[in-house]
Amino acid sequence: MSERPVIIIGSGPAGLTAALYAARANLTPLVIEGIEAGGQLMLTTMVENWPGYRDGIMGPDLMTELRAQAARFGAEIIQGDVSSVDLSKRPFTVTMGQTQYLAQTVIVATGASAKWLDLGVDKKLSGRGVSTCATCDGFFFKGRPVAVIGGGDTAMEEAIYLSKLATSVTVVHRRDSLRASKVMQDKAMSMPNVSFIWNTEVVDIKDLDKGVVTSLVLKNTQTGVSSELAVDGVFIGIGHVPNTALFKGQLALHDNGYLKTHEGSRTSVAGVFAAGDVQDHIYRQAVTAAGSGCMAAIDAERFLSGTLHQAAAAHV
Amino acid sequence: MASENVKALTDADFGESVKKGVVLVDFWATWCAPCRRIAPIVDQLADEYSGRATVAKVDIDANPMTPSKFMVRGIPTLLLFKDGELKETVVGLANKDDLAKMIDKHL
Repeated sequence: MSERPVIIIGSGPAGLTAALYAARANLTPLVIEGIEAGGQLMLTTMVENWPGYRDGIMGPDLMTELRAQAARFGAEIIQGDVSSVDLSKRPFTVTMGQTQYLAQTVIVATGASAKWLDLGVDKKLSGRGVSTCATCDGFFFKGRPVAVIGGGDTAMEEAIYLSKLATSVTVVHRRDSLRASKVMQDKAMSMPNVSFIWNTEVVDIKDLDKGVVTSLVLKNTQTGVSSELAVDGVFIGIGHVPNTALFKGQLALHDNGYLKTHEGSRTSVAGVFAAGDVQDHIYRQAVTAAGSGCMAAIDAERFLSGTLHQAAAAHV
Repeated sequence: MASENVKALTDADFGESVKKGVVLVDFWATWCAPCRRIAPIVDQLADEYSGRATVAKVDIDANPMTPSKFMVRGIPTLLLFKDGELKETVVGLANKDDLAKMIDKHL
């Protein structure tokens, strides 16, 4: 079993930028893409805040470019999902099904995945009217009424996208104002068939017996009054949870589940670095993920050449 | 490269095609990014199970009747049929080992 200088777990902007920098430093990184290869940008449409594209770029196109750019400098990118890691001793072991890889350093860039409602019923009706991806599933709701749950940028993007397909889009938000950026808010509010229900939570999704979504049961958080909203589809945009299941008990986590990093991209285990949304519960942008991926690659490179400590000491 | 072992089904021949044996059907569309992620896994399964199980695809843009009949409202969705009967539904992304285990269960 050959030993790699760097294994990168994840292939969003953080993982692929780390791969680009590690490859250019001749560290022949191995990137294990993961089941959600390309990360969250693969599920978006136009990305208008990635610097350098004045007219925006489609999320999947950006990821295709980034992947090709990393590969051009020698990053080896493989499909598959890491099943377990052993970070207790170096070299670290990364297991993918029947295959084991050894690595002197690991960069964790596993990102975050869409959060569900915690109702149970939402997962059971997934693919039957409940979705976390408007660009994937909006097609099925042409000429039908839908709801979007949430008040952030994700929810607004879903509402805007769906407004072009659905007869009506009702945004259900548990607060009285949106967390989304002003640009996204204005865009969503300007759509004639997008309406908002404030201070309201989803308490149930019907109809499990029929096996498809027919309506939402809502509850006003101020008055406690319940109501029902007839929709054929419901899109959940309430945020993300970091993908840290592989590292529980091995790397230190914050109470909210995100990986703890310090002095750049270092985790609680020497030689293991983290980048992107898996360790960032504040900014969570494609460009900050890419930036932290660059940091992780540089930190890994310095660690490998034994200069990490000197470099850190020089900054004190 | 798409595997030659993956059979492209249409609304016209779907019913007939799933009647016999174990058939795994991948509902997809050209514009669906997660579908592109699962496509290589479907291809590999088609090659590995060639002769034992059928692996097929339905382009939902060209064939709207079949997804509607099986209440598919999100893609990718994988349906597994055994002798014409729907046995398993997998919505969203899945890894290859889990899908292989699911096919094995019905062989």
